[in-house]
Amino acid sequence: MLEIKNLNVTVEEKQILKNLNLNIGKGEVHAIMGPNGSGKSTIAHTLAGKPNYNVESGEVNLNGEDLLSKDPYERSLNGLFLAFQYPIELPGVTNASYLKQIVNAHRKSRKETPIDAGEFLKILKEKSKLLDIPMDMHSRFVNAGFSGGEKKKNEVLQMDLLNPSLIIMDETDSGLDVDALKTTAEAINKLRNDERSFIIITHYLRLLEYIEPDYVHVFQNGSVIETGDKTLASRIDQEGYS
Amino acid sequence: MNKVSKDNFTQEKYKYGFVTEIESEKIPKGLNEDVIKLISKKKNEPEWMLEWRLSAFKRLENMSVPKWAKAEIDEIDFQDLYYYSSPKDFKEKPKSLDEVDPKLLETYEKLGIPLKEQKVLAGVAVDAVFDSVSVATTFKEKLNEIGVIFCPISEAIQKHPELVKKYIGSVIPVTDHFYATLNSAVFSDGSFVYIPKGVKCPMELSTYFRINASETGQFERTLIIADEGSYVSYLEGCTAPMRDENQLHAANVELVALDDAEIKYSTVQNWYPGDENGKGGIYNFVTKRGLCKGKNSKISWTQIETGSAITWKYPSCILRGDNSTGEFYSVAITNNYQQADTGTKMIHLGKNTKSRIISKGISAGKSSNTYRGLVSFHKKAKNAKNFTQCDSLLVGSECKANTIPLTENSSNSSSIEHEATTSKISDEQLFYCMQRGLDAEEAQSLIVNGFCKEVLQKLPMEFAVEAQKLVSISLEGSVG
Repeated sequence: MLEIKNLNVTVEEKQILKNLNLNIGKGEVHAIMGPNGSGKSTIAHTLAGKPNYNVESGEVNLNGEDLLSKDPYERSLNGLFLAFQYPIELPGVTNASYLKQIVNAHRKSRKETPIDAGEFLKILKEKSKLLDIPMDMHSRFVNAGFSGGEKKKNEVLQMDLLNPSLIIMDETDSGLDVDALKTTAEAINKLRNDERSFIIITHYLRLLEYIEPDYVHVFQNGSVIETGDKTLASRIDQEGYS
Repeated sequence: MNKVSKDNFTQEKYKYGFVTEIESEKIPKGLNEDVIKLISKKKNEPEWMLEWRLSAFKRLENMSVPKWAKAEIDEIDFQDLYYYSSPKDFKEKPKSLDEVDPKLLETYEKLGIPLKEQKVLAGVAVDAVFDSVSVATTFKEKLNEIGVIFCPISEAIQKHPELVKKYIGSVIPVTDHFYATLNSAVFSDGSFVYIPKGVKCPMELSTYFRINASETGQFERTLIIADEGSYVSYLEGCTAPMRDENQLHAANVELVALDDAEIKYSTVQNWYPGDENGKGGIYNFVTKRGLCKGKNSKISWTQIETGSAITWKYPSCILRGDNSTGEFYSVAITNNYQQADTGTKMIHLGKNTKSRIISKGISAGKSSNTYRGLVSFHKKAKNAKNFTQCDSLLVGSECKANTIPLTENSSNSSSIEHEATTSKISDEQLFYCMQRGLDAEEAQSLIVNGFCKEVLQKLPMEFAVEAQKLVSISLEGSVG
């Protein structure tokens, strides 16, 4: 479902990704591990279309379509979801109205009518409960003054609401305490199915103990240097990257 | 985001820029006693009104244009303007809409202000002012039944001279400053409202100002009096055709609230702002002032300022009555080369008077947006309180925002709280929203509407949604 071929990416004239190749099949969970500065987050940002991440050469196809020619919002509407490492604050915009608006943007692209307020509230309650999110969080401004854990849970909630086919998680485990990590991982596991693929970017083994990956890739200097199964993650956890 | 081209956003632009092809009758260009006499004659005014105008004109000869605003203003040749323009054959205001020129009705229909009563917005009475004359007022009879007077000021001068005489110039004296005095000399039409004792006006009153003729200034005058224990909510809207020349709009608005009365005055100002290179647009130099004359009275100004090449206005409250309250809620948006210098004055004279100022300035393009305010506590204003919050939001890096809050305090038991913030819509915020499926315009408008929601919520319900759209449209072309 996702094919990355010979991808070269520069940021501020510095080459970060070098001839990257990666194939992700339907329903697969891929973990990407690697030391700081190895280019892990750059993959996430490039796939999502962040400005200033310049693709010099290479190809990316998502569900058979060229991804790189699309605007960031079109990539989202086509099923790509990036959970941010540092979710952005939107002062003045209440979480509930924001969530409703992004849900409606996706409905509109599927030519569906906007969701009815009562219906939305029902869904929101249901999905918030799974993540242990209190409803009053939704009357606060998006991510503003949220704790690290609340921000990450809010990302997972959006994932759940938007029903993406490819989820990229950029260090979703950072900033979560053990309990929050467990709740979040359980919610993510409920999102796993045969149609949906995951890329999990992480430094640590602990998230992968809850969400079991099909493949683990070790990243260094902008490309994959080793690929294995979940045992590779344990080895790295014990031995480090070198 | 780098793929989003600016062209995607320029389709809607200023949709009120059309000109109505209607023959107009103008008084010759120029500013002199004869012109003032002619205006007064056209309006069939009593002698006292003409004298009042002429006294203002005499003052004007020794006054000069104020220069305090942080704006670059091309010099205006006051002798090269038309001071009066009305649709031809408009000798007397039509008695019913059947007599109104269909072209005029069509104009207001196009502006989204239908004047036929069966079609009008539920619960809103409208006075439509076209250039220098009021062309129609809806729901007049219905309001008459409860004693509410809502009519063009030219009509009030004839039918209710005692009220006009008593209150006109009582809040903005003829000597105030150049533009206010100019208005007093040459004002042509505007709305008059009187709410009798104890009456809560059951519908929104609204005036819709339209400049159509070229090289013509619009000088309207509005006077609203809320008698003891009454309440009224009033809204004005304004648009003008797109023209290369700058057109002058210098209005005076006076509000008087007696004991226990409340006036809520809302403005959605959408005059033509000029093109993206700063050519054309309205010079909006307006004087708005409310007097909380009675105890426990309240005046609340809400303004959404999106149009005009230059906006220069400071809706103010004089809090004379003990326990009176003044409020100012403002959203001012500037884009391209627009300049806005706006704010308020809260003059605390009475005991326990309170004021609240919430100002949200949004600047985009190469525009400049200044908040200028004064909070003044006089000696007798014991226990007076003010809260001021001024927030600026910058879109892009070529625009300017300034905050100039002044305070004068002669009362030692009063308190002032002031908060100010300046923020920028960051690329990160836009990218975040876009990653969730919103396009660049939707993302920006979500953030901007969030920024000014506190003020938009103060608008009458019927107009809040419209204002939200206006906020988004005004910033079109500023992302990408």
